[in-house]
Amino acid sequence: MNTISLMIVGVGGQGSLLASKLLGRLLTDEGYDVKVSEVHGMSQRGGSVVTYVRYGEKVYSPVIGEGEADFIISFEKIEAARYTACLKEGGTVITNTQQIDPMPVITGAAVYPESVLEELTAKGVKVTAVDALSLAKEAGSAKAVNIVLMGVLSKLLPIPAEKWYAAIESTVAPKFVEMNKKAFALGRGE
Amino acid sequence: MKKLLIGNEAVARGLYEGGVDLVSSYPGTPSTEITEFLSKYDDSEVKSEWAPNEKVALEVAFGASLAGGRAVCCMKHVGLNVAADPLFTLSYTGVGGGLVICVADDPAMHSSQNEQDSRHYAIAAKLPMLEPADSEESLQFAKAAFDLSEQFDTPVLLRMCTRIAHSQSITEVGERVQREKKPYTKQAEKYVMMPGNAKKRHPVVEARMEALAEYAETCPFNRAEYTGDGKVGIITSGTSYQYVREALGDTVSVLKIGMPHPLPKKLIAEFASKVETLYVIEELDPVIETAVKAMGIPVIGKEKFSIIGEFSQNTIAAAFGKTVTAGVIADSVIPPRPPMMCAGCPHRGMYYTLAKNKVTVLGDIGCYTLGAVAPLCAVDSTLCMGASVSGVHGFNRVLEGASEGKTVAVIGDSTFMHSGVTGLINVAYNGSNSTVIILDNSITGMTGHQQNPTTGFNIKGDPALKVDLEALCRSIGINRVRVVDPYDLKACDTVLKEELAAKEPSVIISRRPCVLLKSVKAKPALTVNNDKCRSCRRCMTMGCPAISFKNGKAVVDATLCVGCGVCKQLCAFDALEGGDV
Repeated sequence: MNTISLMIVGVGGQGSLLASKLLGRLLTDEGYDVKVSEVHGMSQRGGSVVTYVRYGEKVYSPVIGEGEADFIISFEKIEAARYTACLKEGGTVITNTQQIDPMPVITGAAVYPESVLEELTAKGVKVTAVDALSLAKEAGSAKAVNIVLMGVLSKLLPIPAEKWYAAIESTVAPKFVEMNKKAFALGRGE
Repeated sequence: MKKLLIGNEAVARGLYEGGVDLVSSYPGTPSTEITEFLSKYDDSEVKSEWAPNEKVALEVAFGASLAGGRAVCCMKHVGLNVAADPLFTLSYTGVGGGLVICVADDPAMHSSQNEQDSRHYAIAAKLPMLEPADSEESLQFAKAAFDLSEQFDTPVLLRMCTRIAHSQSITEVGERVQREKKPYTKQAEKYVMMPGNAKKRHPVVEARMEALAEYAETCPFNRAEYTGDGKVGIITSGTSYQYVREALGDTVSVLKIGMPHPLPKKLIAEFASKVETLYVIEELDPVIETAVKAMGIPVIGKEKFSIIGEFSQNTIAAAFGKTVTAGVIADSVIPPRPPMMCAGCPHRGMYYTLAKNKVTVLGDIGCYTLGAVAPLCAVDSTLCMGASVSGVHGFNRVLEGASEGKTVAVIGDSTFMHSGVTGLINVAYNGSNSTVIILDNSITGMTGHQQNPTTGFNIKGDPALKVDLEALCRSIGINRVRVVDPYDLKACDTVLKEELAAKEPSVIISRRPCVLLKSVKAKPALTVNNDKCRSCRRCMTMGCPAISFKNGKAVVDATLCVGCGVCKQLCAFDALEGGDV
C-alpha cells in the first residue's frame, strides 16, 4: 500500500499530542509501520502547531511536504487553510468550525478570513466542517475537541470503530475514558 | 517487544538498557524528554537530576564516570556551548565508567535562538559522535555509546535533531545490561590536567582518534546500501537519510553515516568509486562534504542543498528534478499565529508595566522572551541564558546616567540559577546602578515545567532544598531586593519606579507561579458589561489572548480566561466584571 499521510493542525494547547498518540497507538496495533512527528517548546505557546502522522508498509520520512497529505485534520477554522498547500489532489480537510483569533487579529493588525472554508470548497477542496466544540461540550468537556475530530476521521478510514475505542481506552487516563468515548461517538455522528 | 517511541524516549531506553547509573542535565528543547524519561526509573537503578546549567551537569556526569559509574548528560545545542569548557578537557582525561553526552540540534530553529551544528564540537574537541536516524537507532546507538566510551576511553557525543528527538517510530525494546561499577583508583597523571600531565595526554587523544578512525571503517552504524544502478551515490546521515529514501526510493545508492566523527574515509572512497556522481546531503553545515572534498573526491553538496533550515523529501525530490505539486491555497490572507504568553501568564503584568514606562529591557531565554511580541514589544535584546544581567551592566557602564533609571534586565527563575547569578555578582562587584527583574514563576516554563533549585522540588517532584532568592541577592551585596505580585499593576508600577530611581543596584522579584501549573487553580472567567464598555480598547494593550473585540465591544473568551483580573485594572469604566484584584 502507499503511505497515508495525515496532518493534525491547530493552536498550541488544543490537544494535538493526544490525538497523535491515539492515532499512533491505533495504527501500530493495526500492524502498520508508523511515524509521528511533533514540535514541542516555543511553538506550543498559543502558536500554530502541526503534527504529522504517516503510516503504511514502510515509512521513511516523519514529515509531510507540499501536495502530500491525504487528510488535514484542523482544530481551528483558519488553521486548515494555512496548510492546504500540503494537501494532495483529492485529499480531505476535516475541520472544527471554532474561531480562535490570533494575536495579530486581536490587535487589529490583521483580519480573520471568516469565509475561508467556503473559499476552499469553491476551489474544489473536499471540506468536512464540524462544530466540534459544541459536540465536545455535549460529551462533557470543551477539551475533547481533539477526540470529536478523531471520530469524524474514523468514518473515513477503513478501521472498525471498536479498534478506535480500544485505542482510546489504552491512551486516555481512566477517569476520562467514558467522556472521550462519548466525544468520539458524537464525532462519528452516532 | 516493539513499541512506538519518540526519539528521546528511545534514547532514554537505550541509555537505561546500556546500564546508565546517573543522568544530570539542564532542560532544553528538543533534548528535555531524554532526562524526563530517565527520571521515571527507580533511584536504585538510575540517579537522575536537573542541574542548574549544562556545565554543572557535565561536571556531575564526569564525577560519576570518574567513580566508575556510567553517566550521561543531555542538552540542546546551545547548552553544549555552556558545557564546552569541561568537554574539551574531558577529551584529554578520558573516562572511568562510560560517559555519553546527548546533544540535540534544532535545524529550522523551532525553539532556539540559533541554528548551530554540533558536529563541529566533535571535531574541535576530538571526540567520537554518533547520529541516529530514527527511534530504533536512537535506542541502539545510545546503548552502544557506553561500550564505545569505555573501549576507547573517551566521552561519546550522541547527536540528535528535532525531527529525530520528537518523531515517533517503531522501536524494539530490550533488557538492561547488568554490570559492576569499575572500582575507583587514583590516576593523577590521567585526571589532573595541569600542563605536565596534559602534555602527555594530548598524544593519547591523537592516537585515540586514529584508532577510532580505523574503528569507523567497520562500525555497524556506517552502512553502504548499493541499491541503485550505480549512477547516483548519496552520502547522508540522520533525518536526511529518511528524506533521501522517501524521495528517491531504491533508485540510488546510499552511504548512511551513523558515526559522523571520525568519518570512515576508506568506506567513503570505496563508495565514491562505485558511483558515477556523488552527492552529500546533510542538514546545516557542510561537515561531511568538507571532509570528502579534502580527500580529493569530487562531490555535490551545499550548492544544491541549503546550509539553512531543515530538509524534507520534497527538498530532495525537487533537487533531483522531480515535480512537486502543491495543493490548493485560499486567496484570503491567513493571518500569522505566532506563539505568545498564555492568558493569565504572570509575566504579562510586569511586561505591561515595563512597556508603559518605556523602559529599555535586556531580555533572556524562556517563555518570557515572548514579551518581545506585539502588542507589548517590551524586549530590546535576547542573546543567550544569563546575558540580560551581564548585558545591562555593560549597557549602563557605557551610558551611565543616560541609561541608568531607564533600563532593566529581565530573567526567569530557572535562567537566573543557570547563569544570571554570576552576572548579578558582577553588577554588585563592578558597581553599576542596574536594576534586575527576576520573573519568578516557580518553574522552568518553556521546556514544559521542569523543577529547578528555586522551586523546592527535585526532578521526581519530591521536596528539595529551595534557594532563597531574596537572601541570595542580598548575600551578593544587593541591598535593595523587592518582591512584587505581577497581577497587581499598581504595585508593579510603584516598585519599578522606585527601584529605577534608586542610586544603587537593585533586584525586583516578580513572583507568581506559572498559570499552567496543576497547583494553580483557575478562577471564573471575567465578563464584559456591554453597557459600561466605552470601546476604548485599553484592555487590549496588554495582549491577552482571551480578550478580543467584537461589534465594537470587548469580549472575554471564557474558555481561555483564568480570571487573573489584570485586564480589570486597566479598565477605567469598570466594564470588566468578576476576577480578583
